[in-house]
Amino acid sequence: MTATDAVLTMESGSRRAELLRLFLQPIAAVVLVGGVLLWAFSQDLDAIEVVSLNANTLLNSTWEHVLITAAVTVLVVVVAIPLGIVLTRRWARKIAPIFIGIATIGQAAPAIGVVVLYFLWTEQEGLWAAAIPLAFVSLLPVLRNTMVGIQQIDPALVDAGRGIGMSSLTVLRRVELPLAVPLILAGLRTSLVLAVGTATLALFVNGGGLGFIIDSGYKVARTTVLLTGAALAVGLALLVDWLGALAERYLGPKGLR
Amino acid sequence: MPEQQTSVGIELDGVTKRYTGQREPAVDSFTMTINPGETTIFVGPSGCGKTTTMRMINRLIEPSAGRITIGGDDALSLNPDDLRRRIGYAIQQAGLFPHLTVAQNVAVVPGLLKWDKKRINARVEEMLSLVGLEPSEFLHRFPRQLSGGQQQRVGVARALAADPPVLLMDEPFGAVDPITRGNLQDELMRLQSELRKTIVFVTHDFGEAVKLGDRIAVLGDRSRILQYDTPEAILANPADDTVAGFVGAGASLKQLTLLRVRDIELGQTVTATEDESPATVRQRIEADGRKFALVLDGRGRPLRWVHARQLGGDSLAGTGAPVGDLVSSQSTLQDALEAILTEGGDAVVTGTRGEYIGTVQLDTVVGKIRELREEHQS
Repeated sequence: MTATDAVLTMESGSRRAELLRLFLQPIAAVVLVGGVLLWAFSQDLDAIEVVSLNANTLLNSTWEHVLITAAVTVLVVVVAIPLGIVLTRRWARKIAPIFIGIATIGQAAPAIGVVVLYFLWTEQEGLWAAAIPLAFVSLLPVLRNTMVGIQQIDPALVDAGRGIGMSSLTVLRRVELPLAVPLILAGLRTSLVLAVGTATLALFVNGGGLGFIIDSGYKVARTTVLLTGAALAVGLALLVDWLGALAERYLGPKGLR
Repeated sequence: MPEQQTSVGIELDGVTKRYTGQREPAVDSFTMTINPGETTIFVGPSGCGKTTTMRMINRLIEPSAGRITIGGDDALSLNPDDLRRRIGYAIQQAGLFPHLTVAQNVAVVPGLLKWDKKRINARVEEMLSLVGLEPSEFLHRFPRQLSGGQQQRVGVARALAADPPVLLMDEPFGAVDPITRGNLQDELMRLQSELRKTIVFVTHDFGEAVKLGDRIAVLGDRSRILQYDTPEAILANPADDTVAGFVGAGASLKQLTLLRVRDIELGQTVTATEDESPATVRQRIEADGRKFALVLDGRGRPLRWVHARQLGGDSLAGTGAPVGDLVSSQSTLQDALEAILTEGGDAVVTGTRGEYIGTVQLDTVVGKIRELREEHQS
């Protein structure tokens, strides 16, 4: 077998692996969550455990978790994509490192610290008090990928666009952004998974979410409760990552696939 | 915006480009009149400023000084985007948008000009046919599904879609293989003979310049015009050593590609038909002081060369050597020379129905080149 053959096989192999993953990931998430729930509810639950381990509380916490994640996602999209676009404009290139630096601090800092600092600063509680600092924490992947996505476009395409009479805004809208979509989506997927994970910290500012279940289990020393909360969070993360993978696969420009 | 069918000329007057931080200007006071409906080639070594000069015409690069008028309008006072929609633009490797289909790529400029949908669709199909791509097959393909040559054709179709009177081409055929490049050049010549656009074409390939250009501007450092003339004149009489160096060896051979057989006086030879007796043919050859006769068929089409020595038999049928390369009056003198070399004698010229109309002799070709050289020297 020649070297080219090996590469070809590997490529088609990794594509098949990707398809298999797309298919198996949601199943794994459902099996994991279902298994842990079945196991938890088959135990003899004492009075303390029942406070957390009932359908109402679990559904409620999961829904809150989804809401926080959604709020973080909206904030990230609304802030990071436009900021990424602006920072790739020629006049803004000099200040780009400053913003990348700030976003890197956000990602490097412990999420819980950012959440607490934001609370100490604003003294606000609730969903948005959690979503805003968590958005700061998970901003970088989308910001950086938006910038890279635009910068990696062949300059000849921008030149062709301007040369046939597109304004710079039209070039951005019809050439640069569509071609950057695959990378932006990849960044968004990473940000989303970060957001699902860190949303467990929302409980510290009264934001609710699955962190509440995990924290209760820890405080009352009930492993069943703790594990159920953790399994739900993991299952949600897997599901969100899967949605991200689907988006990357089907929302990117057709001509590039 | 009204259709722009009439050709427009371009005037550049003292056009200069200075970049900050560089002492020498990139383009230094460039003045040129580009004739309407002609293909003008900017040719010169890499980095001489030819592309910069061309890009100032559609203001992708803003001139630091000077005036540019296109069809009488001051280009520098127009909105640059509006200006560019009136000027076709084709670049190396086509610059097609990979996320748009062929149809969408070609439709960009008509779309920017707010044509209605029906008109755009009709125009897109028309343009694809024009550049030799079957619309039904190519409309919905993406650029990555096309060969390099096909991409380049779509690039030209896109540049021409809004029927701009002016077309700027920046080394459009630089990135394709030589055979495809030759085909694309032929295609462009065919298009241009129909459309008569004012084309400004940048290349560093002097052969391409000779083939495509009505006029060639040989540019030196800082876009200085070393010579601006017809290809024939530049080949026959390069203005200075730099131009001569750029024209390169084989200027006379390149010149042969510009001349057609119809441009020279055809010679004649002794002809015979197959039913004539060899003896009379030999008499004619000897009376003419030649050694060969050309045997024609019933419709006057050349068949074989026979030597006087072969005329001893009873019949002309089957004697002599078949005529190999034929040329027509449309053929270039290069083709004729090629035929002379392979035949080892005069090249036979045939008319539209394949009938014999004359011969090209080596002396005639040599004489024509000499005549041209003298004409351009005076």
